[in-house]
Amino acid sequence: MKSLAELKAIRDRARAEIDLRKENPNAARVLVGMATCGIAAGARPVLNAFVEEIAKRGLTEDITVTQTGCIGICQYEPVVEIEIPGEDKVTYVKVAPEMVPKIVNDHLVNKNVVTEYTIGAISK
Amino acid sequence: MRELSLNVMDVAQNSVRANAGLVTITVTESDKSDSLTISIADDGCGMTEEQVSQVIDPFFTTRTTRKVGLGVPLFKLSAEQTGGSFDIKSELGKGTVTTASYVKSHVDMTPLGDINSTVSILIRCNPDIDFVFTRTTDKGSFTLDTRELRVVLEGVPLDTPDVLEWIEQYLKENTENIYGGAEL
Repeated sequence: MKSLAELKAIRDRARAEIDLRKENPNAARVLVGMATCGIAAGARPVLNAFVEEIAKRGLTEDITVTQTGCIGICQYEPVVEIEIPGEDKVTYVKVAPEMVPKIVNDHLVNKNVVTEYTIGAISK
Repeated sequence: MRELSLNVMDVAQNSVRANAGLVTITVTESDKSDSLTISIADDGCGMTEEQVSQVIDPFFTTRTTRKVGLGVPLFKLSAEQTGGSFDIKSELGKGTVTTASYVKSHVDMTPLGDINSTVSILIRCNPDIDFVFTRTTDKGSFTLDTRELRVVLEGVPLDTPDVLEWIEQYLKENTENIYGGAEL
């Protein structure tokens, strides 16, 4: 059963993550659109997939996964924005959990944008 | 509405727009008494007597109070079409209590649907509002009170992904408990 003790552990972990973010200004950011439109389109499993993939690769100190609101392109949800300091922001659209490992590997690790998943490729 | 849980989400949004700080959602189900009761109570801005009589009239309401719309009439219909009842009590400056009672076995009974998802989405989208959700069956009862969670979280927001995950699991496990597993 879920216990309040478990919630305390989550609290401590969340605090540690916040501290880490403060210490590492060069961390890349993964922003998942989690407004009603995003949630309805399935953003939650996408966010979870990013969290899992990044944890699996031990990159939690270099990449933070956060949620953002609706950026006005609801027809393209789930939308994921990736910000790497010093580089242009990239917007991935209609993201499915299966696409996440490739985005993490190619873009966040190897710094090659997965062009076919970006808004520029889809909206043509 | 395909599920009563969507009606709950709809009506609870009215509470959010009424600047409620606390929204209490209670779902009580009993096979023994063949009943389901849903109540949504808030401490928002409330309504005058005149406004209350307007919100239950779909034709009058939609023209005068846009923010309420068809939500309340649809919720009312869903209850009354099962031979149940519907009631709104509101006081200006104090808040509103909406209660819908259903006869579960009636042929026109709408399924309750994924009420846990409604609750977790409401918390996710309104992390600064407190929600108290109580669900009761013949087998037992459980409550999720975000005010209690806030005490434990000491400033860590309710919409932290891990916290939301905990809330979802908490709802799921407790629901299985009071349904005995077989029905899920």
